[in-house]
Amino acid sequence: MAKAKLSSVFFNGIITENPAFRLVLGTCPTLAVTTAAMNGIGMGLAATFVLVGSNVVISLLRNFIPSKIRIPAFIVVICTFVTIVQLLMQAFVHELYESLGMFIPLIVVNCIILARAEAFASKNSVIASAVDGIGMGLGFTLALTIMASIRELIGNGTIFGFDLFGDAYEPMLLFLLPAGGFLTFGLLLGIINKLTERTSKKKEEEN
Amino acid sequence: MDVITNILLLFVSGLLTNNFIFSKFLGCCPFLGVSNKVETAMGMGLAVTFVMALASLFTWAVGKLLIAFDIEYLNTITFILIIAGLVQFVEMFIRKSSPSLYKSLGIYLPLITTNCAVLGVTIINFDSYVVMEGGLGLLYSVLNGTFSAIGFMLAIVLMAGVREKLEASNIPKALKGFPISLISAGLMSLAFLGFSGLFAS
Repeated sequence: MAKAKLSSVFFNGIITENPAFRLVLGTCPTLAVTTAAMNGIGMGLAATFVLVGSNVVISLLRNFIPSKIRIPAFIVVICTFVTIVQLLMQAFVHELYESLGMFIPLIVVNCIILARAEAFASKNSVIASAVDGIGMGLGFTLALTIMASIRELIGNGTIFGFDLFGDAYEPMLLFLLPAGGFLTFGLLLGIINKLTERTSKKKEEEN
Repeated sequence: MDVITNILLLFVSGLLTNNFIFSKFLGCCPFLGVSNKVETAMGMGLAVTFVMALASLFTWAVGKLLIAFDIEYLNTITFILIIAGLVQFVEMFIRKSSPSLYKSLGIYLPLITTNCAVLGVTIINFDSYVVMEGGLGLLYSVLNGTFSAIGFMLAIVLMAGVREKLEASNIPKALKGFPISLISAGLMSLAFLGFSGLFAS
């Protein structure tokens, strides 16, 4: 029973409530860092680390934090983990750190993390919160990687740095520019809406 | 004379060439969330401008202190606390001084804490004096914050105007809401790209 519940918490983050595609939270990093697939994965994993850490700590402290000052308290916890990630990345993956730039400190104000702290971690047990953090984080990573792969493929002709089309391909630079980010994200959301609409219609017909 | 030229450059770059939303992707959440009506967009823009100007002022001073004590890595945590405190303060002040303004702005104010444009501008300002010796002075920091915020306001108000028209138009069901807003934002961003040719050097 408990196992089934944990797995539903896990997949909730990846599919049904995918933070970037379904809830449309954390749009800034989704748009800004997705110019290369590697950046997408790096950003996603950094956010996952912060999400799991802050979810666990906030869930441990949930009975001690007075509800009136909970938001500042959550922000301090989140910020601690962001600083840890920032220093770790600076030390071990410096190149990635440079290309993500200021969007690493900006994980603090990523709405997904605060939203999960408020909606889930402050009401649930430590284990469930950790699983929720992993699910949401991986969902976010997946979304970023999909976005970034599309943009890198069209805008640069490569994926994870591997050349796919050869020299004959003329890259469409637009997709690496901010405008391309907005367009890709909008069209992706539209496609996902269309797909979910179709599956929900099917379910209705079956019933 | 130099000062005036620099201020003008900062103004144009904050408003058009380096617009926070269309070229830096800072503040996209409120940009998409609160751009349903021109009126509310205006309110949100004003509130953000106010907080960003104040935040630039305070974080400039505190940033200098952090550098003096050699604890730069604490910048994120200090800045976000300053912003959260400021937002709380502004909220209390507006509630007392102008209840009607509070009614129209009240719900957006707490949102500003998690607006990455505000934290973003303080980090940009801070980075500038880690990179350059001396960095942006107090005046430039505050002006950078204010002009970037006005750029944000320009973008969100324009977007609200577009979305008000979109309400009435016939668009495919799957694209309604966020997708069509994002696509229009993309087209607007393309238009703003044109401004980047303003400075050749």
